[in-house]
Amino acid sequence: MANNSIKPQQFAEQASEIQPQMVTVEIEGKPFQVPAGVTLMKAMWYAGKEVLRGAGCLGGFCGACATYYRTKDDPKVKTCLACSMAVEDGMSFSFMPAFPARKAIYNLPELKDPKQDLFELYPEAPLCRNCNACTEACPQKIDVREGVWKAVFGDFKAVADMFMDCVMCGMCAPVCIADIAPNLVAVYASRSQGVHFTEKPEGLATRIKKIADGEYQEDWDRILQLSDDELQKTSASIT
Amino acid sequence: MDITAQQNLVHQTRDARRAIDFPKLSPAERDALIKKYHPDHRGQAYRSIKFGPNAGESTVTEVATLLEGDSPISAEFDLTPEYSVDVLVVGGGGAGCAAALHAHAEGSNVLLATKLRLGDSNSVMAQGGMQIAVAPDDSPVQHFLDTLKGGHMKNDHDLLKVMVEEGPSIGQWLLELGVLFDRQADGNLHVKKGGGSSKARLLTCSDYTGLEIMRVLKDEVLNQKIPLLEFGAVVELLSDGKGACTGAVLQDLDNKRYVVVAAKTVILATGGIGRLHIQGFPTSNHYGATGDALVLAYRMGVPLVQIDTFQYHPSGGVYPEQLVGALVTEGIRSEGGHLVNAKGDRFVNELDTRDVVSSSIIKECEEGRGVRTAAGRVGVWLDTPLLDVAHGPGTLDKHFPAMVRQYERYQVDIRKDPVLIYPTLHYQNGGVKIDVKSETPAPNLFVAGEASGGLHGRNRLMGNSLLDLMVFGKRAGQTAAERAKSLKQGKLTLDHLSQFRTEAKRHQVSTGMTSPMVLPAYTRQV
Ligand SMILES: Cc1cc2nc3c(=O)[nH]c(=O)nc-3n(C[C@H](O)[C@H](O)[C@H](O)COP(=O)(O)OP(=O)(O)OC[C@H]3O[C@@H](n4cnc5c(N)ncnc54)[C@H](O)[C@@H]3O)c2cc1C
Ligand code: SF4
Ligand code: SF4
Ligand code: FES
Repeated sequence: MANNSIKPQQFAEQASEIQPQMVTVEIEGKPFQVPAGVTLMKAMWYAGKEVLRGAGCLGGFCGACATYYRTKDDPKVKTCLACSMAVEDGMSFSFMPAFPARKAIYNLPELKDPKQDLFELYPEAPLCRNCNACTEACPQKIDVREGVWKAVFGDFKAVADMFMDCVMCGMCAPVCIADIAPNLVAVYASRSQGVHFTEKPEGLATRIKKIADGEYQEDWDRILQLSDDELQKTSASIT
Repeated sequence: MDITAQQNLVHQTRDARRAIDFPKLSPAERDALIKKYHPDHRGQAYRSIKFGPNAGESTVTEVATLLEGDSPISAEFDLTPEYSVDVLVVGGGGAGCAAALHAHAEGSNVLLATKLRLGDSNSVMAQGGMQIAVAPDDSPVQHFLDTLKGGHMKNDHDLLKVMVEEGPSIGQWLLELGVLFDRQADGNLHVKKGGGSSKARLLTCSDYTGLEIMRVLKDEVLNQKIPLLEFGAVVELLSDGKGACTGAVLQDLDNKRYVVVAAKTVILATGGIGRLHIQGFPTSNHYGATGDALVLAYRMGVPLVQIDTFQYHPSGGVYPEQLVGALVTEGIRSEGGHLVNAKGDRFVNELDTRDVVSSSIIKECEEGRGVRTAAGRVGVWLDTPLLDVAHGPGTLDKHFPAMVRQYERYQVDIRKDPVLIYPTLHYQNGGVKIDVKSETPAPNLFVAGEASGGLHGRNRLMGNSLLDLMVFGKRAGQTAAERAKSLKQGKLTLDHLSQFRTEAKRHQVSTGMTSPMVLPAYTRQV
């Protein structure tokens, strides 16, 4: 990686090394001994691998570390976020490469009928064949297939609620036999819900107007000339 | 005692604890507690910076070493540009995306370069929410006062006033982009109360506020077709020889090649420093949080402010091992969750400011009232089941789905059992000096977001960062775009770097270190 000359204290990432017990895992088909209980991400580092593509937030929110894995003797290949899953003895795993899904380009405020426009932007969306592979692939346990149908039927509110947990890892896309990228459909539906089908909060508009009208000026004038000690004790008058 | 037995004590003492109201500390008591226990006051972890704009000032060793490090770019480097743009935005987090969108909206030719993928950042992890004074019983002035008290009165008043006053219109901007903030039954924005705030002021998208905002901003950056350079890390700035910034040198991390960008204006939005693991602390930050902007700006001769103070978030994970350092949302405490020591007692008002709460947790653990795990770590309990008891079953599922899932992955059910926490390195309170337009003393160099300093004083209040990003990202983007209109591309030189190297030599500093760090060295040398 770029500059390895500065070594941060390794305490945080590798404290688990003090655990004596080791397990064997297969990374991209090759066996490595790693400490029991570390995350798949830490297992990569422990195995001596540089991680560039594949690490992002390290906290389970960004989806950069989308990973396929299989546990010992189980034929089922599952998905997970490598920063948020612990290794087990006999596990095999590989990071998912970036998948070239197509994102539609749109200007939301200008759309006249977002629920219909969906079919032009993502014409593949109504072609879902109900195979459920997307739902099974989702590490966030979202009912992705159901979400695609909700979007197709125009229930954008439901889509927004269901996909609030979506970390955009993209694992639902490569499995789709209809070439749908459900997460991108969901972002479109969810943003449309916000832009076109959600009430404008009145209180916010009132507050913006009050600020523009200078209603807080008196308070500012009073407060900005106080000493730190006085500020410590004061509070604003609420208008 | 095993963990389960110790957890039982938390269950047994719950009802008794609920009957007690734990008072907040007086300013004098707070100061005394912080001086004794807060990591910012561990003298042996600090040293003075040897040269440069902050020469003689004290900061943690990790940061001082970084600032005194040498650039990977040699004096003879060929500065023929591959890109020539109006505005170069560095960093694909909240501040960077906001800056790029606003500069683009002003008609600028923008390039957004970011170290990892677009959106891989601290911003995407913000769970607790975003402070904006929207409630009828609140005001921007009250927001100002709360923040000032939280920051120990050391906040820059001008920056702070701008932030609180522009908050509501920023909320409006995000709604117009389609961000789905939680609502009340009457359609108004739902607000939660955060630590250190006198009013309920946190806007939330359940506990995915940062994720929701970033999903939307990223999607919009792509819709606007703003040119992107992912896995492009800025490692040096360029100057015109008279102190103004004129571009940058990036490293393409995919092939290690250096890429020169000529830019009329540059906006650094590279975020924080968690991955420096200051004082050995684990961190809640993303992979690329290595304080790069501090180094880049410092070598341009730009001073840093309050660079001796860091935020250690009270609730970092301690158990299970996989969650060490990971952030456990403050929302649990906002909604009434107790902190409990090994004896089953509360010991602090959970809604006090972060520095107070962190100091008191460190105190409990240092005085032997912490809970020890099999792996040898210590922490205190955060009573999560209390929320379902107090507000009805399903509360955690409904309001904290991300946290429920975070622990479920390791077979811990936070609805049934409390979790162990200890402070984690979370935020850089100070940073690069900026003015109200987000510009640094080096002309045409802007810094926005966590990388900048002054606004938050010596302790950032919960939820103020997300607002900071949006307000100053916007100001940086708009001002840079406006400036670029009347500006000719300046000369590309490394004069600032030659000066910096001369200074280093004069002070006989040769650390042998290259900075910025770009990514932490976690890969084991096998
Ligand atoms: C777990 C967690 C929870 C939080 N919760 C909240 C909350 O609830 N409310 C709140 O207000 N705040 C919260 N914060 C704080 C807040 O999220 C951050 O301060 C904020 O997101 C920082 O935004 P930013 O845009 O400045 O930096 P970031 O979002 O970190 O983005 C920085 C970007 O710059 C890139 N970068 C870094 N160096 C370089 C380089 N040399 N070249 C190119 N690109 C580079 C990074 O990869 C990244 O994309 C939280 C922080 C964390 C870590
Ligand atoms: S819906 Fe798709 S992109 Fe979103 S978390 Fe699930 S698999 Fe990942
Ligand atoms: S994978 Fe594709 S076809 Fe199968 S259920 Fe999901 S969206 Fe439908
Ligand atoms: S690195 Fe972001 S989800 Fe794993």
